[in-house]
Amino acid sequence: MTVLEAANVDFAYGRRPILHGVSLRLGAGESVGVVGESGAGKSTLLSLLLGLAAPSAGAVRFDGEPLRLRDRAAMRRFRSGVQAVFQDPYSSLDPRQRIDRIVAEPLESLGIAQGADAAARVRAALTSVGLPEDAALRYPHEFSGGQRQRIAIARATVVRPRVLVADEPVSALDVSTRTQVIDLVNELRATTGLALVMVSHDLGAVAATCERTLVLEGGRVVEEGPTARILTAPREDYTRRLISAIPRLPV
Amino acid sequence: MSVQVGERESAGAPLLSVDGLTVSAGDGAEAAELVRGISFSIAAGERVGLIGESGSGKSLTALAIAGLLPAGLTAGGSALLGGVETIGASEAELRPLRGPAIGFVFQEPLTALDPLMRVGKQIAEPLRRHRRLRGAELDRAVAESLAEVRLEDPRLARAYPHELSGGQRQRIAIAIALAARPKLLVADEPTTALDVTVQAEVLGLLDRLVAERGMGLLFISHDLAVVAQQTSRVLVLRGGEAVERGTVADLVRAPQHPYTAQLVAHARALDAALDGAADGGSAAEDDRGRDAGGDA
Amino acid sequence: MSRRRSWSRRATLRLGLALVGIVVLVALVSLVWLPYALDDTSGGRLSAPSAEHLLGTDKLGRDLLSQLMVGARIALLVGIGSVVIATIIGVTIGLIAAFAAPWLDDSISALLDVAIAFPVLLTAMLIVALQPPSLGSAILAIGLGMSAVIARIARILAKRVVGSQYVTAARTSGTRTLGIVRRHVLPNIAPTLAVTLALQFGAAVLAEASLSYLGLGAPPPNASWGRLLQEAQGTVLEAPVGAIAPGIALVVLVLGVNFVADGLRDAADPTRRRRRSA
Repeated sequence: MTVLEAANVDFAYGRRPILHGVSLRLGAGESVGVVGESGAGKSTLLSLLLGLAAPSAGAVRFDGEPLRLRDRAAMRRFRSGVQAVFQDPYSSLDPRQRIDRIVAEPLESLGIAQGADAAARVRAALTSVGLPEDAALRYPHEFSGGQRQRIAIARATVVRPRVLVADEPVSALDVSTRTQVIDLVNELRATTGLALVMVSHDLGAVAATCERTLVLEGGRVVEEGPTARILTAPREDYTRRLISAIPRLPV
Repeated sequence: MSVQVGERESAGAPLLSVDGLTVSAGDGAEAAELVRGISFSIAAGERVGLIGESGSGKSLTALAIAGLLPAGLTAGGSALLGGVETIGASEAELRPLRGPAIGFVFQEPLTALDPLMRVGKQIAEPLRRHRRLRGAELDRAVAESLAEVRLEDPRLARAYPHELSGGQRQRIAIAIALAARPKLLVADEPTTALDVTVQAEVLGLLDRLVAERGMGLLFISHDLAVVAQQTSRVLVLRGGEAVERGTVADLVRAPQHPYTAQLVAHARALDAALDGAADGGSAAEDDRGRDAGGDA
Repeated sequence: MSRRRSWSRRATLRLGLALVGIVVLVALVSLVWLPYALDDTSGGRLSAPSAEHLLGTDKLGRDLLSQLMVGARIALLVGIGSVVIATIIGVTIGLIAAFAAPWLDDSISALLDVAIAFPVLLTAMLIVALQPPSLGSAILAIGLGMSAVIARIARILAKRVVGSQYVTAARTSGTRTLGIVRRHVLPNIAPTLAVTLALQFGAAVLAEASLSYLGLGAPPPNASWGRLLQEAQGTVLEAPVGAIAPGIALVVLVLGVNFVADGLRDAADPTRRRRRSA
């Protein structure tokens, strides 16, 4: 069953076309990676999937229903089901808020829980991403990049969404922190059945998390298929270039 | 206190020889040592990597060598750069070294470049200062510098940094660093802010230029795979100390320190995922490869 | 080093609070007790400071200290009143611009540029000219005149916050615009804005003094410090205290408010409040 879908979407920024006829389908519990160079339209596709912008043609559907950005009740259902993690762990957390307040934001804004109930869920979410209990009472600047990204993941998963949309979630992290955050995402997916859309220029991160991959070039999908197939038998030169560009350890 | 493993210093005097380098913050009883007893040397044509996480002291080490530590940090020990002791040296002694003896390329080219100056002018400045070029000769040298970093379009010299892509900016930064013909190039996370494809291009460029000019290279990164590509000898830094050192081949094949082993394991895990060893889901089932210009 | 700096910041805050505290205290005392009534002219013209009249008297024989004390009340009223008006109007306009579509944002900021090009004092004089001079109209005039400055700064600060990833994250968390303003924008612009507001507080007090100096401020017998300066103008050589005393009073208040603002900005920033080793 398809949970989140972009059906043949176009997007233009002023007169500049960014996306052209892009389709992406995410079934319950599935994981799809979107790769491409900067300027390929990855982030724009994500803002469409997150209901932050509307496509100029085509449709974004959640549970089969086209997204209506002005329909408050429908958007609340959508946001309860689809949550996001962003690239920069240093600017995606409000520096003036304590962690408990940051993680509680979706609970409160979506009217899911308040007060003691919310606090309990926040504690559970922080524990589930492997943060110490006293983290709730501290401020973002007291944490490392990897820990901040864990906090962002806690904020995204505290409402128990069905889909996590991640925009370059590990690109800003050290390599060893990267694998830890990837492990965390995989673990959360295994335990909660969370579906994942992950955008990255780093095929390594996508390979470690996503079953299917979609390759974007210049706003178009040039290749799509199981990640293993894309990596081992890419059909497009562009995909081959992306793969060969990844620095590997000498054997 | 320094980690002194036998360094090969056969090929004449090294360009850089660091011995027991320390960097500390604050003074007196409250001083905190951020770098402790780092020692290594780089001869002409040699490539040394510093690898570690953020906060491991790898960037501070490079800054300390050129006397570029931010206010409040003090360096100790010894660093001989082109035969000159830079630790404790005055600005007047250090200034002639920056450029001819040591050049820097930093992580974020947007902040390393002057936003209000055309990039051609920024390349011209070190050419004028260190190679005393003027007029038509200077213009020609700027064009050559741009061509060297594979920016052939002459209009690029008239561009401002914000008009360029990240990869182009980093090429400009490299051109500026190389303009004064440094004997040693320090590249501090030069590709961390770039896409993988652009990273590959910039690394290839650096690799070629360093080889052509027989420069020494100090390459700093958190990414073991990148460091392994660019260098032959590596120091692994953690918490300000060199926990392991050796050739890239040895380090990757048989890491001695548990931290190095962990770094190698993390890098191998990502490689393994790329080799399709990860849970690939059911193969070919939903495979819909498309042609690039499918609807053209 | 950081410890020394935080000490000096605390000292700045304390000094500021002390200076403002003196003015507030004097203003409060003036409500219940004055050395002489404001219309008491028994002191003799331009008498020098003495045991009876600590700061001497003015050219009508009124006690200068009493007038200075009432002036403190007026200065605080003017500062608070006009800053409150300017903040309500300015921050509202600034926030609307920050969230608006680009064309609306551009038009608002063009209008603000025009409004700012008019000196606050000139704007205030125009407004005061339309109605009889009173303390209220002076406050309203200064507040309106300053609101464009506040709006511009609020717009710039708010735009920076609105463009941040944590606001995008708030959107995907389901927080609506008003919630984003309350939860993220206001707390993040408040510290920097507070410094601006304090500067504007000082400017408002000075603007009122200037208006009074020009005869457009609060009418007698509510002597503001500006009016005291104006009245002492002709006799500054015979009785310098008459000009020096209100001048010092102005400096104490304006400086004090600026110090408080500096100190508060640091106190409100969690990254400066406590920092673990990175």
